[in-house]
Amino acid sequence: MSDTWLITNLRAIRGRAYPRVIGSKREPSWLFFDITLPLLTVSAYAYIYKYMDAPPEFVGFVILGGAMTAFWLNILWAMASQLYWEKEIGNLQLYLIAPISRMSILAGMAVGGLFMTAIRAAATMIIGILLFGIALSFAQPGMIILVFMVTMVSLYGMGMMFASLYLLLGREAYHLSNLLTEPVYLASGLYFPVRALGFWAAAGASIIPMTLGLDALRQLFYPSSGSEYGFLPVNTELAILAVLCVVFLWLSKYSLAYMEKLGKTTGRLTLRWQ
Amino acid sequence: MAVSHDLRTFKNAAWLGWQMEANWTDPFVFATYSIVKPVAGSLILVFMYLVITGGETQTPFFSYMFIGNAFYMFVAEVLFGVTWVIHDDREHYMTLKQVYIAPIKFYIYVFGRAAIKIAITTVGVLVTLAFGVIWLGVEIDLGAVDWMVFIPALLVGLLTMLIMGLALGGVTFLTAKHGMGINEGIAGVFYVLSGVIFPITVLPEWAQSISYLLPVTYWMEALRRGLSPDLMTSLSGATGLSDFSNLEILLTLALSAVAFLFISSAIFRYADKTARRKGKIDWTTSY
Repeated sequence: MSDTWLITNLRAIRGRAYPRVIGSKREPSWLFFDITLPLLTVSAYAYIYKYMDAPPEFVGFVILGGAMTAFWLNILWAMASQLYWEKEIGNLQLYLIAPISRMSILAGMAVGGLFMTAIRAAATMIIGILLFGIALSFAQPGMIILVFMVTMVSLYGMGMMFASLYLLLGREAYHLSNLLTEPVYLASGLYFPVRALGFWAAAGASIIPMTLGLDALRQLFYPSSGSEYGFLPVNTELAILAVLCVVFLWLSKYSLAYMEKLGKTTGRLTLRWQ
Repeated sequence: MAVSHDLRTFKNAAWLGWQMEANWTDPFVFATYSIVKPVAGSLILVFMYLVITGGETQTPFFSYMFIGNAFYMFVAEVLFGVTWVIHDDREHYMTLKQVYIAPIKFYIYVFGRAAIKIAITTVGVLVTLAFGVIWLGVEIDLGAVDWMVFIPALLVGLLTMLIMGLALGGVTFLTAKHGMGINEGIAGVFYVLSGVIFPITVLPEWAQSISYLLPVTYWMEALRRGLSPDLMTSLSGATGLSDFSNLEILLTLALSAVAFLFISSAIFRYADKTARRKGKIDWTTSY
């Protein structure tokens, strides 16, 4: 691996991340919608908990889950579906003939998407906290940052893997992304503690990094709720998430190479409007 | 003659809509897809409820919440469906200009395409309600349904949604990048402020004032009163609309349909004219 190769690929990552970073300020109205739309759902769910006289931390659980939806939607619509859309508008072949690693393109998409989404998720969370007057504990700030970072790397690793798998799909891509919205919100316990699903269902849902990441963050922000509503100890969840990081990043590299080969063999790599 | 021409437009648009919605996969996968999504959406609420009540679902509030959430699918899908026709035809398939210059009424075409969305959503609503009644004890007794309230409420409410969708479709003509956001935003406002999953009485007073202006508030109330009269009697006073008789609720809903018919027609006509003038009928933005 030469220095030139490394620099070229770092430039590719920066280049692919750039439109997402710069795009986040080019369309201020998108920023408005991206922040307020999750807030509407969050508000509705928060009011249900209020109506049922639920413990106050549940409103906090909902706000954290609502912020996390931004990342999942970014994974589905701006990571998983992206290479398919690039194919539709004719960019994919340009990526493939460029003298760079394909992983740089995916990494650039992930870095840009993460930056763009983090701003929106943070805004949703801050407004939600102010609106509903909830109190979070910051007793372990280092752990909160670590859990968040590891969750995001594994989540975007999953998104990178999906991006290549979606290349196999035609119009199914849109429907698959639609299908992976509410069922994943349910399985990941975005609006209630995932422990409520039962151990084995929650364990199965843990393949989605958001499940354990969110559960760990809830336990860190509400330390007293961990024993009652937490699924696994935070350290265990962090260890599993670290494993998921490695697994998804490896799978994304493998699946991208496989799909590219398959696409070239079948001649579908640049085929539009399937 | 003109009516049969319009009916043919409607039928062909609905057929086209069906092909676009369903022919990407085999019927079994499509049926699963159509059912899993709404049921999962309802189960989120079910688990939220269960985790607080410790497993108790035989309560009036649970049925209230479940029924409202099931019927809200119509709000989201119809509003989104009408708007998506314009966005999809223009941006993705690039066929809007051909449809536009065809000798048909454009809004009949849009309603035909949306009709298939309503049909598919109806299946989702029915499956969700059946799931709730059979497995979760949601209080719906077919023998006790007040059909004289339920059927008119369902039809007038759907018509109101279609009419509102037309206005949003007009907005989509003029903006490719914001149409979906506006659409989802309006559907979201209805979700929070219209007593879909919780009574509006839990909202702050200023928010309740807005709730009373929204047609979906009356629609949800009328649907629940028609479908489960005993449930609504037991919740009387808690929903914020107990001062309204069934007739008053239906009349309010009908009046809002008429009001939105004028407003939406004006918005659509303005958007249509502006889109033609600015050359936006065949506009593509790769968005």
